[in-house]
This record gives sequence, structure tokens and C-alpha cells, in this order.
Amino acid sequence: MKQLTIISGKGGTGKTSITAAFATLADNAVFADCDVDAADLHLILKPEIKKTMGFHGLKIASIDKEQCIECMKCYDHCKFNAIDEEINIIKEACEGCGVCEYICPVNAINMVDRDSGFAYVSETRFGPMAHAMLKTAEEASGKLVTVVRNNAKTLAEEKKKDLIIIDGPPGIGCPVISSISGVDLVLIVTEPTLSAIHDLERILGVAYHFKIPAVVCINKCDINLDNTEKIEHYCKSNNIDIVGKLPYNNIVTEAMVHEETVIEYSEGSFSNKVIEMWTEIGGRLRS
Amino acid sequence: MNIAIASGKGGTGKTTVAVNMALSLKDVQLLDCDVEEPNANIFLNAKIEKTEDVTVKIPEIDKEKCDYCGKCSDFCMYNALAVVPSKVLVFPELCHSCDGCKLVCPKDAVNYKPRTIGKIEHGHKKELDFYQGILNVGEAMAIPVIKTLKKKVDPSKNVILDAPPGTSCPVIEIINGSDYCILVTEPTPFGLHDLKLAMEVVRHLYIPFGVIINRDGIGDKKVEIYCRNKKIPILMKILHSNEIAQLYSKGIPFVEKLPHWREEFIKLYKRIKEDIER
Repeated sequence: MKQLTIISGKGGTGKTSITAAFATLADNAVFADCDVDAADLHLILKPEIKKTMGFHGLKIASIDKEQCIECMKCYDHCKFNAIDEEINIIKEACEGCGVCEYICPVNAINMVDRDSGFAYVSETRFGPMAHAMLKTAEEASGKLVTVVRNNAKTLAEEKKKDLIIIDGPPGIGCPVISSISGVDLVLIVTEPTLSAIHDLERILGVAYHFKIPAVVCINKCDINLDNTEKIEHYCKSNNIDIVGKLPYNNIVTEAMVHEETVIEYSEGSFSNKVIEMWTEIGGRLRS
Repeated sequence: MNIAIASGKGGTGKTTVAVNMALSLKDVQLLDCDVEEPNANIFLNAKIEKTEDVTVKIPEIDKEKCDYCGKCSDFCMYNALAVVPSKVLVFPELCHSCDGCKLVCPKDAVNYKPRTIGKIEHGHKKELDFYQGILNVGEAMAIPVIKTLKKKVDPSKNVILDAPPGTSCPVIEIINGSDYCILVTEPTPFGLHDLKLAMEVVRHLYIPFGVIINRDGIGDKKVEIYCRNKKIPILMKILHSNEIAQLYSKGIPFVEKLPHWREEFIKLYKRIKEDIER
């Protein structure tokens, strides 16, 4: 079984639109939305949820005020400033380390599960899908990404699928690392803007750090040809292949508005370019 | 006054709004809090005058004292320690620096050493006071960099915080405590969906907010209709234009070439100020 993750560093370069297009083109794949913070793939793939699982991220401290003797030891020891002077837990700040529970001399503190969100196993018109929802102001998105990826793997084994296509989050931190660890290939979607080029260099650094092969797609390649040339030059001198160059085309947004993938929505030259890129990536995953 | 710029969806124009607003106002401090992918200085070109490392404390095991009892690894909620026969493995990227391992060690074998995970840069662009946090490539935890950066906030100034996309820990750490939050979105189904998520976060933190619609005209009208129905203030609409997209691609703040926009950002600031004072 092979795994492909679509990432970008910079947000809004077109990860999800490209992932959705690949979903149309892949004939034996499972899809995973690992942008659990702001998941959008379901808006196009419209999954029918088959199974919902509660997700408990980090634990959270719970104080029994009846037993508390206000010795302030928990307050003094908390490194996250998650306990206020009246010995209340500040939910957003607690990272669930358990030091307060350990230090409390009268056992007034317990670490309890927190309901951080849900993980879903679903079916779409293109195949099975694993996705999730992180509750408002909850943490541990990296851990939830791991849950989604494990669900996708189980689905692939059960349904005898040979590929998992993962829609990744923006950035370079914890959820991104969880989304790419151990995959066979990452596709980095960039655009010819100075911001995206800066972010491309950093995300390529992450892929290199974790020794994951990376290829690049330049989206909206015609909005600044000088910058596109810069990206091509940069990739060439770092031995990174560019597998696709997609021109700016409003049909990508139109397809999104119609809740369809761009391949479903249009048979034009843009879709052909996406198909060519998919063929190229498919070849690399098989080799 | 302290204004955070956030979005839910990536690439909607947070940095564009933050930088152009910062360049339009007086007495401004701009903090680029998107420490995973900081981009504001591509547009600003502030001269960096000072750099400081951001360090976290990680455990170091004293082999003379350790008897491999395993209490530290049992305690660690983050799996940052593993005890195998005659060895303690430390996984520094996973450590949250809670001090728990030191606390539970019966042999006093845990010491701490600093580990650099990123840096804070400080500089100026004319009068504008600029800070940015940068997480080192390969590091997982943005929060310590953001916390260090937020200590630089100067409450006597007009503070603008540029946040990363998303709705989880880094975003909450940044916008928590702000006087106002501007949510930047685009008029598409993804933009609307992620705007709703971002709204839940700012409401959860009781921060007053308003919306800027960027690239207006590209998708549909549903963001606007939604905001009107829910009585959410639309602070500004930036029409999709080739000119602005071109300037963006070259790293040029559009107020520099389209100076009438400065007035718009000054008006926007006044409106926000009135909103908060009311």
C-alpha cells in the first residue's frame, strides 16, 4: 500500500482542490483529510458517514474544590499557567501533563479525558474516506491526524485499496509532520508568489529532514512568469522534480461552488493538465 | 489596542491585510505570529536589528544516578522518554517541558538543558516596530515561539498580530487576549466553511470580531449573505483584481501603489476602535 500526502507550507495554494481532483482519477484509493483544523475536502467529496468515533486528545486536570486545601502547590508547579489564583483550571492552557495531579498533597486533582472531537469513517462517490472534526479551541491536532491516518490504513486493508491520498494541513509544525511521517511521496503545491516560494523552501526542508521524497506542482503558474522561472530554477538546482504546472483558471473556483471536483466539472485543457500530473505521480508511486 | 488577524482557511489574505493596515496607521507594532511560515517581512523588508533564540528545557539523564526504574517514562504524557535496559532515550521534539520527569525521579537523575527550537527577530521599517517568530524547520511545537513573541507586545502602540491559518492551539495562543479579531475570508464554499469555524473560536474566547472579504467576486455571494443574516460586520471588501494579485506575487504591499487604500485602512481602524469602545 502506498501513501501520498499533498502539502504546501503556505495555505490557500490549492491543496484540497487538487486532492479532490485526484480522488476522481484514482481507481483504487482511500482518501484522508488530515487538515483537521479546517477540513474542507468533505465539502466536495460529500462523504456519507458510516462510523463516528470520539476523539480524546490530551487529558485535562479536574479539581475537587471540596478536598482542596489551597496550598497553591499546583499553581506553583504548572508550567503552562493553566491554574489561576483561585485554583481554577484554564481549559485552553492546560496541556494535560499531570504534574498538578502528582504534586497535590490531598489528591484533590484528577486527570480526566477531554472530548476533543470526532473521527469519521465514510464512503464517497470515489471510494472510502477517513476524516475528522476537532472541537472549538481544542488541542492535539497532531494526535488526531494520526487517528485519521490509522483509520485510512484500516480502510485500505479492509477494502483492498492500494493507495491512500492524504490532504495535508498548511504550515510546517506538528500536524504537518504527523501528516507526512512515513509516506511514500509528498506533492507540494506552490504558486509563483514570493510568499509561497519562501514557504516552499521551508516545507521542502521538512520533507528532507524526515527523508521523504518530494515533488512539486506550480499552481497558477501564469500569474507571475518570472517567479515560476525562479521556482523551476530552485527545484532544478536542488534535484526536485516539477510534476505539473497549472495555469490560473477560474473553473477551479466554479467547480468548488458547484461542489464538484474540477475533473467532474470540466473536460477542458485545465483538467487535462491535472490528468497528466496524476499520471506522472501514479508512475512514481508504482516504481 | 491589540488587533489579531486570523482566518481558518489558509491563503485568504491575512498577511496582506496585516501589512497594508500596519503601513497605513501611525504608531504601529506588527508581530508576525505565523511562526511556521512567516511572510510579513517579504512585503515589509524591515531591517532586522536583533535576533534572539527561543529555547525550551529538555531533560538530560545523569547516567551515574539513574537506576532505570522507568518512573519518568511512565509519567510522561507525551512519550518523550523511553526507558530500555540500561538506557533512557529522550525524544526532544515531543517534550512539552512540564518538569514532570524531574519531579518523579527518585534518584534526582534528571537535569534540564536548553534546546533551541526557533528565534525571534526584531527590526524597524521607518517608524514601524516589527517582530517575527521563526520556528526551525523540522520542529513540531510552535507554541513556545509564539509565547516568547507575544511577550514583545507593547501595549502603548497599535498592535497588529498576524496569525497562521487554522483554528487550533497556535491560533488560540495568538488571538487570546486581543481586543479585536479581524477574520479574513474569500467568497467561496471553503472560505465560508472555515470562516464559521474561526468564528466559533473567537466567540469561545469572547473576542469581538468582524470580517474582511478578500478577492471579492471570484466565487459566490454566500459569505456576504451569511454575514448579513447573522449580523456580522463586513469591515471591508477587497475586489479581486489582477493588479493586486500581481503586486502580491512580487511582495509589494498594495497601499504603496494604490494609496487610496491607506484611507480605507485608517477608516477600518477607526471603525474597530469605535466598536470596542462601545
